[in-house]
Amino acid sequence: MPKRGAPPEVNAGSMADIAFLLLIFFLVTTTIETDAGLDRMLPPIEPPDTDVIIKQKNIFQVSINRDGQLLADEELTNIQDLREKAKAFLDNGGAPSGSPDYCSYCKGKRDPSSSDSPAKAIISLKNDRETKYGTYITVQNELVGAYNDLRNREAQRLYKKDFTEMEAEYLNPETPDHVREDLKEKVKRIQELFPQKLSEAETTSN
Amino acid sequence: MSKFNKKKDAAVPAVNTASLPDIVFMLLFFFMTVTVMKDSSLKVENVLPNASEIKKLEKKDRVIYIYVGKPTKEYEKVFGTESKIQLNDKFADASEVGDYILMERAKKPQELQNVLTTALKVDKDANMGIISDIKQELRKVNALKVNYTTYEGDAFRNLQ
Repeated sequence: MPKRGAPPEVNAGSMADIAFLLLIFFLVTTTIETDAGLDRMLPPIEPPDTDVIIKQKNIFQVSINRDGQLLADEELTNIQDLREKAKAFLDNGGAPSGSPDYCSYCKGKRDPSSSDSPAKAIISLKNDRETKYGTYITVQNELVGAYNDLRNREAQRLYKKDFTEMEAEYLNPETPDHVREDLKEKVKRIQELFPQKLSEAETTSN
Repeated sequence: MSKFNKKKDAAVPAVNTASLPDIVFMLLFFFMTVTVMKDSSLKVENVLPNASEIKKLEKKDRVIYIYVGKPTKEYEKVFGTESKIQLNDKFADASEVGDYILMERAKKPQELQNVLTTALKVDKDANMGIISDIKQELRKVNALKVNYTTYEGDAFRNLQ
């Protein structure tokens, strides 16, 4: 029996080709970007059991018509000015000091004919069936932006940090648990100072 | 001077490619870990609007996607140029959205069924009418958490 030599070496020259093949497959199937967007809650379909009476002055009505024109609080408004208007409305704090609705942290004009407090203030958004989706998103973005600006202001005052930053960290699954517990309290507190009350009425077509 | 002559004669040594597979494997693993497979091919035009106040959609397993937009060129002849809804790989009517959500919800594990988000990927030129119909359907099946998926950018660019 002939003596066997060392086993022959496996030729690894084609390994690179195989790896390249796999690499190219993953390259073409990859979508790296994560989706992002505006989070919204829809109202439940069952009407609430008790009718809540809301004072007219606590509602900020925003309507968009089919040409993308904007009616905010019964005035024709530029979309660029919407954020400031919404902020002025939310931050108004019209309730007199001493009343249960008095808002101690509001920095608005305290106009008694506008909203009582951020907790009472409701923004109502109405749109036409022919409205462009892009316009609608811009308006949504500005309204959410108004809330975020005010929340950031309060978060800066209380915790020296932006609310949006804290919220993003809180929602990030990689944040360690003890940090998240701590953030949860803070995020909740700020959300209570400026609760997001954005109502979306059903669309009209006229 | 003989030194120089010697060099001239020597053949260029072959580049050692032994580490090439390692490099390629490294790239391969990178792409393998960041890859998310496409689960449906788009049959509608889908240029999302821009927004700046966005939140990231973490955890892809908790998301149900609905696409809306004009049918692409190849489907234009059959489906027209009006905005359409795409569920999975099919065009659908607004009335089918509810069933689709219920079906997708049933596919997910029990503990996730209450925390699902519906991501609306809507072309920016679509009309709000079709969106309202979808929203109405979503409310009927109690899928109230929605995310209007957008690109990050200046929201005022949508108006042009």
